[in-house]
Amino acid sequence: MLTIKRVPTVLSNYQEDAAGCGRNCLGNCCLPVSKLPLYAFRSEVRSPTTTAPHGELPADFFLNTLILGQWEGRMSRGLFRYDVTASETKVIPGKHGFAAQLNEGRHLKKRPTEFRVDRVLQPFDANKFNFTKVGQEEVLFRFEAGEDKACFFESASVDGSIPPNVVAINVSPIEYGHVLLIPRVLECLPQRIDPESFSLALHMAAEAGSPYFRVGYNSLGAFATINHLHFQAYYFGMPFPVEKAPTQTISIVKSITNNCVKVSRLLEYPVRALVYEGGISLKELADVVTKACICLQENNIPFNVLISDCGRKIFLFPQCYAEKQALGEVSQELLDTQVNPAVWEISGHMVLKRRKDYDEATEDYAWRLLAEVSLSEERFQEVKSYIFEATLMAEAEAPAADTNPKEEIAAQSITAMSPAPFPDGCLVLQ
Amino acid sequence: MVSLFWLPTVAVVEVSWSRSRSDLLLPAMMGSCEARLQESLTSSYSEWIVEALEDLPGDLNFLITDPYIAGHPIVFASRGFLSMSGFSREEVVGRNGRMFQGPDTDRRSVMEIREAIREERGMKISLLNYRKDGTPHWILFQLCPVFVKGDGRLVHFVSVQVPIPRRRSCFARPALRERVVFGACRNEVRSDLEFRSCLPFDSYEDSDNRGLEGEERREAGDREKQKAMEGTNEILLKLIHYSKLTGRVVCGKRCSPVPGIAPLCSSLCTSLGRIKQSFVLTDPHLPDMPIVYASDAFLSLTGYCRDEVLGRNCRFLRGPCTDVGTSQQIKDSIRAENACTVRILNYRKDGTLFWNLLHISPVRNSSGKIAFFVGVQTDEGFENDKHALSPAIWQLGAVGAVKVAVRSLSSGVGPSSRSSS
Repeated sequence: MLTIKRVPTVLSNYQEDAAGCGRNCLGNCCLPVSKLPLYAFRSEVRSPTTTAPHGELPADFFLNTLILGQWEGRMSRGLFRYDVTASETKVIPGKHGFAAQLNEGRHLKKRPTEFRVDRVLQPFDANKFNFTKVGQEEVLFRFEAGEDKACFFESASVDGSIPPNVVAINVSPIEYGHVLLIPRVLECLPQRIDPESFSLALHMAAEAGSPYFRVGYNSLGAFATINHLHFQAYYFGMPFPVEKAPTQTISIVKSITNNCVKVSRLLEYPVRALVYEGGISLKELADVVTKACICLQENNIPFNVLISDCGRKIFLFPQCYAEKQALGEVSQELLDTQVNPAVWEISGHMVLKRRKDYDEATEDYAWRLLAEVSLSEERFQEVKSYIFEATLMAEAEAPAADTNPKEEIAAQSITAMSPAPFPDGCLVLQ
Repeated sequence: MVSLFWLPTVAVVEVSWSRSRSDLLLPAMMGSCEARLQESLTSSYSEWIVEALEDLPGDLNFLITDPYIAGHPIVFASRGFLSMSGFSREEVVGRNGRMFQGPDTDRRSVMEIREAIREERGMKISLLNYRKDGTPHWILFQLCPVFVKGDGRLVHFVSVQVPIPRRRSCFARPALRERVVFGACRNEVRSDLEFRSCLPFDSYEDSDNRGLEGEERREAGDREKQKAMEGTNEILLKLIHYSKLTGRVVCGKRCSPVPGIAPLCSSLCTSLGRIKQSFVLTDPHLPDMPIVYASDAFLSLTGYCRDEVLGRNCRFLRGPCTDVGTSQQIKDSIRAENACTVRILNYRKDGTLFWNLLHISPVRNSSGKIAFFVGVQTDEGFENDKHALSPAIWQLGAVGAVKVAVRSLSSGVGPSSRSSS
């Protein structure tokens, strides 16, 4: 059994006291007889890429106001462990623009705990902390499929007919608006992707309708702290480095699958990843990525998922950092910074706990850390072939731009990546 | 053109007014909105600018946008642009450039443009845009910011768009002869004898291009790049020339920032402009904490125009009947750097009273320091339809959106990054 020791992130104020109920919790004792705000999203969402040919937003995109307003309300009630807006953030100088945050409060006063990292799927353990133990004051609203128009009810009964999905605050936020999406909380699902839950997460990204609101997922073995199904999301007002990295489309033999999802490979980034976008509907995109995630779970490959660009683009990162860490293959220097490379770190947003590391953070450090997260090229190709098989896709031809450079494709993706710098000369007109 | 001035936004929901009120106010608001679009150009480049821009060559496709107006709207569209896109001027002016995006527009290119706008810098990129009839077409999109020479403040963005014709190969260069032949057979460009316009830039009319254009990524060649650069220069020359008439000369390159009160940078204004609630930002680092930003809804609520409120302390909303204790309470929480919610009697410009449910909160920048205080006003007397969101959530939603916008600022690499220390 492989384990690592790490300081667990405190996601809820109820995480540390093991006490039973006696208050308004999210368990079976309280939730079914409670009233919570309810946001019902449009269930028949066309893919964001195919809506509105002229790019206008539907007038009912108000999820942002709800999340931000509720979050701010919880902040004024003092439910967070610290004021995240008081922490320093900077862009690390360099080509990629990694972001660093100094957050000295996030891991304060916690003892390292042992985490098993060699099993991506582990059964739900009711004795450990899970989100049914969270107090209802940490819940912002329920998030359920509705009719053809999004709507909101200030107070709706949680009756037995629909298993409630809840959006709760993360009391140790990485950035403003950091929330947890907990699908069907009462069903006590372990951290494991299923079609319905993934589609829910994608809906949340699409519904929020802001390119700076991203939804992320960490599997067990890829730095999920709690084995109770949850997604995370927060606002960060600039692009993540991973979103700026170029991609290369993988040609798919169309006859095998009739879906329109485009699969690409991430280029010029330290973590090898697949990128999914397009599809005729949100469901089509969700289905393909869900199959890919299930494939990784079943093959016991830890992974992280980033849902970006309002649900239009999904990054899938198989990773092996925790395994390397458990086997003692990660350098002490990297371990000393105590950065756990979960989805946000992999996307390029580093949360550092020590002033020294923050002040001295360089692009080289970020790159070296993330390079340790990535699968090797050989292993990545192998994992990719599992995923392609599981998603019923077949590559049109041998890919590997590295070994068999296809001049045109390579040239195109490079130009796509770096627009020529604006020639200064043409602007000096005085 | 695409644009994505989509900073963390709040809901795209109309300002809340009861029906009776909106009936009264909407035409006035719309009128003032149109006036603002017009003034955007004339206040910077004199009233002759529109005519001067119309005089530019008919095949020069460009837009001018104003990042300081809510929604970062287009304030000018050239004849060439309108004929290329198939839209009429009325359909374009006042809208955001993202209206030309479509399903196959590359999202990464969109992001790059968004970032250039946020960082107030020039850029160029090949982009798939859509015409009014829904057909896609490849253009070289060249963005150029326009700054006031004196204080380095951004005023507008110019975006020149050059159609990219289909080529057999990205790398093959057509022989000169071929070019001339192609150019000469195009009637609509023949009238202009300049070398540039003899080139087949306007090949969007070619029937064999329709429907096919979206399929393969096209990269701009040297000719498109040259045309875009020359076009940008021509437009800039006009803007510079006419800006001299207003006394505030513009240029295409940011001059060194001037010490003193820096105006809010355009990217912050763009993201704040998306927030529909009534609010103001005040700067606690300036004497008497003046208002440095006022939302459109605040102006509608209070009846003042922007110039009348910027630079002033919020106390002008008070009047003889305003409770002194409440004012003191506000002062105390600001001093303690705390948020507070009060119910305060305020006065509009016309002297009428309203009960203002006011929420005030400190707003920190990326260094974690307080950069502003935000004050969000809710007129207690008016019913509203905010998708059933309570006034409190609606109000706090604006606070959250302001915090996200301000926090994403100075950690950005933008040259105009604002930090208050």
